[in-house]
Amino acid sequence: MAINRQLHSSSRKVEQNAKRQYSAALKVKPEPERQKEPRKTALYDLHVQYGGKMVNFAGYYLPVQYEDASIGSSHLHTRSNCSLFDVSHMMQTKVYGEDSIEFLESLCVSDIQGMKKEQSALSLFTSDETGGIIDDFIVTKVSDQNLFLVSNASRKSNVKNLISEKLDEFTANGKKVFVEFFDSQRQSLIALQGPQTANILQPFVNINLDELFFMNGTVAKVCGIENCRITRCGYTGEDGVEISIPTSYVTDIVRSLLQCEQVQLAGLGARDTLRLEAGLCLHGNDIDENTTPIEAGLAWTIGKRRKQEKNFPGSALIMDQISNGVNKKRVGIVKIGGPPARPGTTIVGYEDEVVGRVTSGCPSPSLGVNIAMGYVNPSYAKSKTELRLKIREKLYDASVSKMPFVPAKYYSPKK
Amino acid sequence: MQEEESLGDIVFVQLPEVGSDVNPQDECGALESVKAASELYSPVSGTVTEINSALEEKPELVNKSCYDGGWLFKLKLKDADEIKTLMHEEQYSEFLKSDH
Repeated sequence: MAINRQLHSSSRKVEQNAKRQYSAALKVKPEPERQKEPRKTALYDLHVQYGGKMVNFAGYYLPVQYEDASIGSSHLHTRSNCSLFDVSHMMQTKVYGEDSIEFLESLCVSDIQGMKKEQSALSLFTSDETGGIIDDFIVTKVSDQNLFLVSNASRKSNVKNLISEKLDEFTANGKKVFVEFFDSQRQSLIALQGPQTANILQPFVNINLDELFFMNGTVAKVCGIENCRITRCGYTGEDGVEISIPTSYVTDIVRSLLQCEQVQLAGLGARDTLRLEAGLCLHGNDIDENTTPIEAGLAWTIGKRRKQEKNFPGSALIMDQISNGVNKKRVGIVKIGGPPARPGTTIVGYEDEVVGRVTSGCPSPSLGVNIAMGYVNPSYAKSKTELRLKIREKLYDASVSKMPFVPAKYYSPKK
Repeated sequence: MQEEESLGDIVFVQLPEVGSDVNPQDECGALESVKAASELYSPVSGTVTEINSALEEKPELVNKSCYDGGWLFKLKLKDADEIKTLMHEEQYSEFLKSDH
């Protein structure tokens, strides 16, 4: 299934060898080394106090679940009520200056020019050489000269390097771009997710949440604290928000929110099953530098204007895939009963041929069946195609399913 | 059986077949939780004489009643002396706390 990605291993590195000089505004702290003790978010003590089972996730101690709730019950609580997740491990970045849109567009697939003020979008950093996905992230266009990014913790150093190298290039060409990477000691991030989110949060904020729609952001006061940034988005398929909060206030705000009986803390375990039911990708599992936006079914993130201009990173290969097809496609898979498929599970066709591989899988707490995502040969990608999954040397029947597995309930304007 | 606490709620149990020979080195089944799969190893060698088929419908018994309704399988021992090498419950609790 490997495809030839050598098409564009171009010589543009040469121009990046131009003298490296950091912009004064770029605050790059030394990257913590790999094997080091995981870091703690500001909410670490609160997690432990609430019985969080702490694990090392992308270099941070985070709760996988809390002792008074199973992953399944925490998952269902999020679908019916409201859960609070600490996502302070994620990377928050501010890109500003008059050339910031041109700068970010040179690294990703989105039409940021065409976005409205305070609109957010899912975007992808793609490799110019391979078309592969370096990271996925949410960008909010705060203004024409100010962009706010939230990207994956596990990809911090890759994204920092990517941005820093491009910044050198822009700065050397006299462009006005500045970048600030917010360390978790300075800026924290929490997610409130579930159908009751707006009702619960409304009394704590100085904005009207009825007017803040899905994939829109705003600065707001939360529990009287200025300069919090609320974005109506999330990683569960439910209505909800993510709130970026100055770290010195995050514990107080979370404690206030937890005063509401309906709000339960939820950990990485529920976060993973919720996002999988919602059909959302996890970088490192379902997308990575060896998958392109087309293979991953994320072509919709590529701006129409960007496709016309063919100038996003990896556009040569990606545009070719749009015209001529791909060798593998991301699909959803449903398997009724038996063991769930885990990443790496082989997907087999009815003539015993290997047709793909599972990248994420779990028992679905909402549906009571096993769900998975994986990549298959495109001739097996049609919904309802029957397949088999090889788990511990046994073959089990399964079928391709549309995603999301559980319908999304985002708060969008009524049409 | 304290594995179930670190795995969380068990959603599927795969057991060896009756009549099959098992030994401590080889995987003979699996416990699946929401989050992860954990391979099952028999603590001693022998031949499987009976499996707890109730777990097919109610895998949660492993969590709720690990010493009673949640038993996994019965073995005819190959070497009764092998039992002596096993840990007691307290020893196993200590072992789980250690960085094994």
